[in-house]
Amino acid sequence: MSEEPKEYATRDGFGEGIVEAARADERVVVLTADLKDSLKLTAFAKEFPTRFIECGVAEQNMMGIAAGLAHSGKIPFVCSYAVFSPGRNWDQLRVSVCYSQANVKIIGGHTGLSVGADGATHQGLEDIAITRVLPNLTVVVPADSGESKKATLAIAQYSGPCYVRLTREKSPSIVTTESIFTIGKANVLRQGSDVTIIGCGPLLAEVLKAARVLEKEGIHAEVVNNHTIKPLDSETILTSVKKTKRVVTIEDHQIMGGMGSSVCELLSQEYPVPVHRMGMQDSFGESGTPQELYTKYGLTSEAIAQRVKDILV
Amino acid sequence: MDFSIQQLEQKAEAIREDIIRMLLEAGSGHSAGPLGMADVFTALYFSVLRHDPNNPTWEDRDRLVLSNGHICPVLYATLAESGYFPTEELLTLRKLGTRLQGHPSKVDLPGVEVSAGPLGQGISQAIGMALAGILDQKKYQVYCAMSDGEHNEGQTWEAILFAGKERLANLTTIIDRNNIQIDGFTEDIMPLESLKAKYEAFNWHVLEVDGHNIERVIDACSEATAIYEKPVCIIAHTIPGKGVDFMEGKPEWHGKTPNPQEAQMALEELRTLKGRIQYE
Repeated sequence: MSEEPKEYATRDGFGEGIVEAARADERVVVLTADLKDSLKLTAFAKEFPTRFIECGVAEQNMMGIAAGLAHSGKIPFVCSYAVFSPGRNWDQLRVSVCYSQANVKIIGGHTGLSVGADGATHQGLEDIAITRVLPNLTVVVPADSGESKKATLAIAQYSGPCYVRLTREKSPSIVTTESIFTIGKANVLRQGSDVTIIGCGPLLAEVLKAARVLEKEGIHAEVVNNHTIKPLDSETILTSVKKTKRVVTIEDHQIMGGMGSSVCELLSQEYPVPVHRMGMQDSFGESGTPQELYTKYGLTSEAIAQRVKDILV
Repeated sequence: MDFSIQQLEQKAEAIREDIIRMLLEAGSGHSAGPLGMADVFTALYFSVLRHDPNNPTWEDRDRLVLSNGHICPVLYATLAESGYFPTEELLTLRKLGTRLQGHPSKVDLPGVEVSAGPLGQGISQAIGMALAGILDQKKYQVYCAMSDGEHNEGQTWEAILFAGKERLANLTTIIDRNNIQIDGFTEDIMPLESLKAKYEAFNWHVLEVDGHNIERVIDACSEATAIYEKPVCIIAHTIPGKGVDFMEGKPEWHGKTPNPQEAQMALEELRTLKGRIQYE
C-alpha cells in the first residue's frame, strides 16, 4: 500500500500565512464573524489575542470596523465565508473599503462546490463576479495551500484592498515551494501548443490531470494558473493564446462574471478567438460529496479532456 | 483658540449662510438636515475637537465621522470655516471635478474621515478607529454624527451591540434626532422610541441635549469623555431646517434645495436669526 501524499486545504495555508504576516508586521489585525476555527484562525488568536477581533455574526459591521481600522493605519483581515463576506456586506465593501481605498484584506472561505454537503446556501459561486467588478479591489484565487500562504503574505505587504478566495476541502498540491507568487502575474504550469487551459483554484489539479491524459493522445495543452483575476495578467494570457489560438477556461464559480469572463473581456478586444468557459452554468449547487458534485456539474479531468477534444475536432 | 458662545453662534450663522448658498448653486441636495446640525457641527469643530486644519491626518487628532453623508453641506461648510480649504470652494458642491462630492469622499477632501452615503456605515468605521486608538494607546476621541433615520438599518444595531460589548469609552455618537426621514416622520415610517432605553439596553450611556444650544452640546461632549467603561450616545434634539422658517420641521425639505427666491428669503431670515433660536 503506497502512502497518500499529505493534503491541505487553501484555508490551512491562510491560517499559517496570517500568523507569519502578523509576526512580521504588528499592524496586521484579524476580524471574524463567529468563524475562528473554520477559517483556521485559532493559532493567530492564541498568539495575538489583542489583535484578534471577534465581531459575532454581523458581517456588515465587521467590514465597517475593518475600514475604520485601516483608516487608522492597521492592516485588517476580514475573515468569513464568501457567501456572507463579501456576499452579505458587499455595500460596505464597496463604499467603506473600495471607494475609500482602505487597506482591508477580505478572506472569503468555503467557496465552490467542494463545500459539499452544506449545500447551495453555503457554496460561494458568485464571489469572483461581485468582487472583480469593484474599482480598486485586487482579486486572488490560490490554487493550493502553499500558494494560499504565499498569497496571504503578499497581500499583507501590498497596499490596497484585496479579496482572497479560499476553499474548505483538502486538495492536491499544485504549486511547488520554490515557485514565486506575484500579485497579477499568472504562472504557466505546463507548456503546450494546441490549446490554452486557463484555470484558478484547486480545480487546477483536475486540469493538470486532463493535460496528462491529453498528452498521451498527442494533444499538447498549455496550462495557466491564473491566480490573480484582477488585475488580470494580460501579457501571459495573450502570449499563450497567440501560440495556441484555442482557449478553455475553468473555474469553480458561475461562468457569468467569473474568471473565464475576464479572459473573454481581454481576448475579445486584444485577440479574438473562441473561448470555452467551464464552470457553473447559471445554476445553484446542492448537497452531495464534492466528487459527486464535480461529476454532476462537469468539472472533472475527464470532462475537461473531453471538452478539449471536442473543440479540436 | 477659545471662542465665546456668542462668537460660536455667529459661526453657526455663517455656516447656515454657506449651506443655503451652496445648495442654491448646486441645485440639488438636502436642506433640512444640514441646517439642523449647524449648531452641533459648530460646537464640535470650534470647541470640542482637538484637530488641526493644517494637518488633517495628524494621528492624535479627534475624529469626527459623518455617517449620514447626505448632510455633507454642513460638514463642508464647517471644514471650510475652520480653514481646511477656502470657503469659495464651497460653491463647487456637486459639480464635475469637485472635491465636494454629492456625498463625502474620503480620498478627495482633506478633513473627511470616511466616505459616506449608504446609511449605517459610519458608526462601524468609527468603532474601527476607536479600536485602533485603544490598540495604539492613543488618547484621541472618536465622534460619530448619525441620523435618527439610519437607525432603521440593521448594521447600525450590529455596531451598537458591538460597541457595548467592547465598552468603547473613546467612542461618542451624536444622533441628529430631528424626527424626519425622506418619506415622512420617523415615528410613522419606523418608530424608534424609546431610543434612549434601547441604547441603555445595549450597554451605552445616554445623554440628551437641545441640539441648538451650543453651550449644552459642548458640555455634553465633555461629560461624554469623562464617562469611562461605556460608549456614550448623545441624542441631540434638533429641528430640521432650523433657522429658515418655511423649512423648519418639514419632511418635504429633507431632500430638496431652495430656488433663488426661496434662498433669498432664507438668507434674509438668517440675518435675523439671532433671538429666534432660544438658547436656554
